[in-house]
Amino acid sequence: MANARFTVVGGGLAGLMTTIKLAEAGQHVDLLSIVPVKRSHSVCAQGGINGAVNTKGEGDHPDIHVRDTLRGGDFLAEQTSVKGMCYAAPGIIYMLDRMGVPFNRTPEGNLDFRRFGGTLHHRTAFAGATTGQQLLYALDEQVRRYEAEGLVTKYEYWEWLGMVRDEAGRCVGSVAMDLRTMEIRTFPAEAVMLATGGPGIIFGRSTNSVINTGTAAGRAYIEGAIYCNGEFIQVHPTSIPGEDKLRLMSESVRGEGGRVWVPKKKGDKRHPRDIPESERWYFLEERYPKYKNLVPRDVATREIFDVCRNLGMGIDGGDAVYLDVTHIPAEELDRKIKGVMEIYEKFVGDDPRVTPMKIFPGMHYSMGGLYVTFDPDPRTLTPADGSPKNQATTIPGLFAGGEADYSIHGANRLGANSLVSCIYAGTIGGPAMISYAKNNAKSAGAVSQKYFDDAKKYWTERFEQIRKMNGTENPYVIARELGDVMTENVTVVRYNDKLKATLNKIAEFRDRWHRINVLDTSNSNNRPLSFVNQLWNMLALAEVITKGALLRDECRGAHYKPDFKLPEPKTRDPNQDPEWMKLWRERNEKWAKLTMARFTENGPDITYEPIPTPVMEPEPRWYA
Amino acid sequence: MSTNDRFVHLKIWRQESPTQAGYFEEFKVPYKKGANVISCLMEIQRNPVNAQGQKTTPVNWDSNCLEEVCGSCAMNINGRVRMACSALIDKLEQPITLEPLKKFPVTRDLAVDRNRMFEDLKKVKAWIALDGTHNLGPGPRYSPKVQAERYVLSTCMTCGCCLEACPQYTRDNDFVGAFAISQVRLFNSHPTGAFNAADRNHALMGEGGIQDCGKAQNCVRVCPKEIPLTTSIMRMNRAVTVQTVKDLFMKDEGEEAGHSGPA
Repeated sequence: MANARFTVVGGGLAGLMTTIKLAEAGQHVDLLSIVPVKRSHSVCAQGGINGAVNTKGEGDHPDIHVRDTLRGGDFLAEQTSVKGMCYAAPGIIYMLDRMGVPFNRTPEGNLDFRRFGGTLHHRTAFAGATTGQQLLYALDEQVRRYEAEGLVTKYEYWEWLGMVRDEAGRCVGSVAMDLRTMEIRTFPAEAVMLATGGPGIIFGRSTNSVINTGTAAGRAYIEGAIYCNGEFIQVHPTSIPGEDKLRLMSESVRGEGGRVWVPKKKGDKRHPRDIPESERWYFLEERYPKYKNLVPRDVATREIFDVCRNLGMGIDGGDAVYLDVTHIPAEELDRKIKGVMEIYEKFVGDDPRVTPMKIFPGMHYSMGGLYVTFDPDPRTLTPADGSPKNQATTIPGLFAGGEADYSIHGANRLGANSLVSCIYAGTIGGPAMISYAKNNAKSAGAVSQKYFDDAKKYWTERFEQIRKMNGTENPYVIARELGDVMTENVTVVRYNDKLKATLNKIAEFRDRWHRINVLDTSNSNNRPLSFVNQLWNMLALAEVITKGALLRDECRGAHYKPDFKLPEPKTRDPNQDPEWMKLWRERNEKWAKLTMARFTENGPDITYEPIPTPVMEPEPRWYA
Repeated sequence: MSTNDRFVHLKIWRQESPTQAGYFEEFKVPYKKGANVISCLMEIQRNPVNAQGQKTTPVNWDSNCLEEVCGSCAMNINGRVRMACSALIDKLEQPITLEPLKKFPVTRDLAVDRNRMFEDLKKVKAWIALDGTHNLGPGPRYSPKVQAERYVLSTCMTCGCCLEACPQYTRDNDFVGAFAISQVRLFNSHPTGAFNAADRNHALMGEGGIQDCGKAQNCVRVCPKEIPLTTSIMRMNRAVTVQTVKDLFMKDEGEEAGHSGPA
């Protein structure tokens, strides 16, 4: 493998960890990123990173982390990768600690851990309330070291456009565009990792960053990769609505003792501080006495939605509830969640240490993503070290990791599991790419130049066409309308008639896409040109998400359809109600399956795959 | 305040490419409560028409997270360098003037090339020299007090505000500026990072190093993360002085060390 090169697309945690693993093994990496890697969306993660290090004498163990994750995901996660991640998590946290991440410390100088949703253990290591930023910086610094040594070449402000494939369909490289000069070129590679994040911008305003359009995953899907569980979209219970985006208020706010409430009296106009304790309704604490404010996100989101939309009990009758930390000393808040306090203060203008915050759920994360495989070691039931099957998409040579892949989070992601899942994907993805390349008889560099020339020609022509688009439609207006309709119909509560209407709307948007005006024909930093192409890919994924939601007639994790809800069990523990258990089992047999979407010219072709359950048998999910 | 509350009046720097001349273009976008500079720029994308009613191209700018952690959207707003995402319209005098950072080459409109900052992080070796990513157990223990100090330094998002405000930092010199000096302090203050403190100190001793600081203290005033940059500069000044003295004796130490270890 002399002179072998690998391509990693995306400079967030998953991409950087993949890069480090490749460079550490002496491989050359071309790292493509649409923004400077240090500005990737991973910086937005606030609360922390999970790992059952068990430093609080609570008897925590990776197996309990596995159980919490699988239950949290309502048994739709790929079980062996979950187990692999949970067992690797303590080591990952230690590695980050060695890299210099300023994790919060106990008085003795050990790593401190906080509690997060969906677990009863203190399992979340954290660096203030900007843990994602701190982790990204640590990996970025290590990659910079390899860059200085010449093993990594960064291509920042380069956008991945699509694959280069040989006659057998193997991915032998990529086509990408320099967003400054608009130059299009190919990058031959032994293997390509797509670590391109989630598709939040499809929902318009979300907690996601501007770049999270899902364009790369969407394009990979159009080119034949399977997109899995697309309908599972996490809506974070606590965000602050804004004109440009929804700003996340981390789950760590509740982890550190924040309480969610509304006034008991509908439309109570008093200032929240003037409402006495006895006249506040702490609805999460009342409904979930065991987990209280730290129920999993899908549960908290639905409860807040129910209180505001169904009961009309939101603040001033509107879409907001209080998230209250005013009972916690300001000094402690600053030590542990200052970053979040500052965001609220800066963007809303009130000091959350004094006045309860007003929050509402906002689209946050995609559990679904590109379908990838794993190669479990039969003894440990975790992905076998260095197997080329790990993190591999169905297209030979194309790998995916992080939010861009579907594997770890099932139907609902637990808080603080995203950072660890991204790093884990890189940890096993890098070695998988090397093994894959070693097993290949022919290097990508030895493949006929024709494939590269053809791919480049395709994209050059496509952008020439886009540049000529001089219709009446504005691409950003279409994107905003898409976001509005997706947020309204395909987030917290879903109804089949509205989902069908959404599919029709998407078809309409696609029709309007052909009448777009490109707005800018320049050859310098032409963002609209790039966005018009992205929008096409966004529409493809929007269709996958919506059709998946339409076809799945059940409630599971973040996917909630009132019309297909099981009745309430007669006992608090549903296992004690045999009639209900029978209904649950029938439902589970039908729907505990992966949604596999394949691209066709007539829309996504959706089939279902059973999920192997070698690690843990599904059970009803309840948190009361 | 603007004469018409229903519109936000913006005066925006337009420059098609690094080599072309720039000019101001005015816009009037509908006012919305809670709007910030970014949401106004997004509005222009959806309706790229200037204040004269002429069609124009959408404005080019850098942004990503929109919550002041990614460092992308630094620009001069009404003549003051700051992050555009946290610049709320209600708190700004109109017309609102938007200009690119002046210390970096403009790529287009409000977007600039800050790659020099990332190169300078290489120069000062802003990383911990890790043995590898394999499992070696936890890192060194350190106190909550040291953590608190390091954490603040580590929130530097490479936005460039400190450099924009610095009278010593220019396009044609090599000065690394406050952010890089503060990063040296960050890595030197880590128990393992301290092993390579001398290397980093040396990087601050050469041309473009810490002696170029003119102590204007503008940096600390504009840092959106309120990083104690002048304290970092003070501490590193002292460290560099100590390093100079050490270097004098280190020669001897080095020779002695040669005798004590295996050949």
